[in-house]
Amino acid sequence: MKVGLFVPCYIDQFYPQVAIATLELLEKSGVEVGYPSKQTCCGQPMANSGFEHLTQSCNDLFLENFAEFDYIVSPSGSCVLHIKEHLHIENHEAKVLKIREKVKELTEFLTDIIQLKNISAKFPHKVGLHQSCHGQRGLKLAQMSELVAPAFSKSESLLNMVEGIELISLNRKDECCGFGGTFCVAEEAVSVKMGKDRVADHILHEAEFITGSDMSCLMHLEGILRRQNSKVKVKHIAEILNAK
Amino acid sequence: MKYTDSKDHAELSEQFNRDEARVDWHDKTLWFIREKRDKAAWQILEWEQLRETASQIKNNVLSNLHSYLLQFEKNAQQNGVTVHWASTPEEHNELVLSIIQKHGVANIVKSKSMLTEECHLNEYLSKQGIDVVDTDLGERIVQLAGEPPSHIVLPCIHWKKEEIGELFHQHLGTPKGNADPQFLTAAAREHLRQRFMTSKVAITGVNFGVAETGEVVVCTNEGNADLGVQLAEVHIACMGIEKIIPLRKHLGVFLRLLARSATGQPITTYSSHFNKPREGQEMHIILVDNGRSERLGSADFRNALKCIRCGACFNTCPVYRRSGGHSYHTAVAGPIGSILAPGLDMKKNADLPFASTLCGSCSNVCPVKIDIHDQLYKWRQVIVQNGNVSTTKKVGMKSMSFILSNPGVYKVSGAVGRWVIKHFPFIVNNKFNPWYKQREMPKAPEQSFGEWYSKNRKP
Repeated sequence: MKVGLFVPCYIDQFYPQVAIATLELLEKSGVEVGYPSKQTCCGQPMANSGFEHLTQSCNDLFLENFAEFDYIVSPSGSCVLHIKEHLHIENHEAKVLKIREKVKELTEFLTDIIQLKNISAKFPHKVGLHQSCHGQRGLKLAQMSELVAPAFSKSESLLNMVEGIELISLNRKDECCGFGGTFCVAEEAVSVKMGKDRVADHILHEAEFITGSDMSCLMHLEGILRRQNSKVKVKHIAEILNAK
Repeated sequence: MKYTDSKDHAELSEQFNRDEARVDWHDKTLWFIREKRDKAAWQILEWEQLRETASQIKNNVLSNLHSYLLQFEKNAQQNGVTVHWASTPEEHNELVLSIIQKHGVANIVKSKSMLTEECHLNEYLSKQGIDVVDTDLGERIVQLAGEPPSHIVLPCIHWKKEEIGELFHQHLGTPKGNADPQFLTAAAREHLRQRFMTSKVAITGVNFGVAETGEVVVCTNEGNADLGVQLAEVHIACMGIEKIIPLRKHLGVFLRLLARSATGQPITTYSSHFNKPREGQEMHIILVDNGRSERLGSADFRNALKCIRCGACFNTCPVYRRSGGHSYHTAVAGPIGSILAPGLDMKKNADLPFASTLCGSCSNVCPVKIDIHDQLYKWRQVIVQNGNVSTTKKVGMKSMSFILSNPGVYKVSGAVGRWVIKHFPFIVNNKFNPWYKQREMPKAPEQSFGEWYSKNRKP
């Protein structure tokens, strides 16, 4: 099985350790991983701002970079959802449709495709799980609290395989953190207030780390934690699943 | 009550957030209602099936609206009701005025109706010398305060009881400093009773218009619609054309969903069916379009017409809870308002589809399964395509698109950006950067993943 590693632009630039952990996790699971070096961004920042019409070259690049792989895996539910819902290229719809089916978020890939049953990772800490909305409500990586339906969470199941980890519970288990792409600067006041409230819920339940499957949400929460001089740190789920 | 402030949602919510304790209070009050809704929904094992059924009934209504409306009109007329059609708010308001004037009345009572808010009826009538009293307690409070409602179901949810005590002291003469809810409710009741007794005309909204029978159904907790209509000589029911349901038995689906979604109650205290005028009474139904039939023709946005105005999307919305209803500067606030308002005035409401993180919680609580967050995304595209966007943003997006379209440029820009943040942090860490105002910037690593990969893995 040949897997293409799709690294979101902000992870590439600011959080390379998350991409490294993702790469190592995939390698450990026995698949052949390729990293197309000409990748940039999925185009979501433009599209969510109302400029989907400016994402054509990003779409072309994505097809060029990833068409050859059996699966495309990324440590970001949000970027994966964008590709799944909005990748369009005129006259190439058949190829594009395949890509939209093959693109998977990391925890989704490990759970559904690899069907991982155990993980050799150790992380003896109290951890709060932030369910990022696009992964949860968009990709259905976890049950949503609004629905009258049985609970499940792909992230939680994977984290529970990690030695020594203690997952804390939250008062609001799936409230948005307020990042929201360009929302975080365009609606700065509400965005920050949402982030502060999320952080407070984790701190109230004595989290040492906040984890999640979207680094963008964690980047926003980290910005708030650091401004508050908090000891609580953020870590992408790939880093915990790959912790030695 | 119209909004006259020209500030956009971001500016108005920034103002709202200056009092953080109040934001916390507002957020918790509404979250409490969201949790009540969850508990009520979990009492019904077939909840998701119920939502799906309601959604399908509404889909059918929208696909056959023309024939259901004519059926409704015919049946209502056979019941002795006069049916009027209004294509604009102006036509609606003029119709209401002409009925009132025919009866030579100068003061009327109204029970909560978001449609008359949408048409700005109170303002129009007061200019014509007609005194309108809103009889729903929450609605009366905001009316006394000279404000529009901040929520479609809980119009004064942004008011604290102490503030209501002060408002009643000023307007109704209650003792200063008395903020006991029971006492204040009794005072309002006394005050409203006098108006009920003397008003010859009563206006109500409509929750459901049943095509099969020509009756209208109004859901209230206070019984004010009943009292107003039963005491008045003339009943005017104002109804958006999308409020039609085909059969009376469909109420078995919608009434189960409406109050549970709205407030977590199993059902509203009163579900009043108005079929025909009692002897000597006149009953009018005004069917209002105001952009609805145009909306019906739009594949991307027609689903918004399925809305039954429960307000569940308000209560669950993390942005609404922390920005308050008035920050949406439109009669219907919250997520549903943000997809309805651009259809009424795109330029004025161009900010609203951006007042969301697209978290999707609204679509999940919606009892008729409107794809609210997907429509927010689609409105953003339409708004930008129509030029309702600042030049700064346009230029910014174009340069972003240029960088991300060229892998070489992207690599260089990334490296330069990280180098700048590392060596000259003040260039980004300043007051012109909205990120930095209340958040630290991410630390810039020595190398990008791409650079690491080329050193550590074989190509």
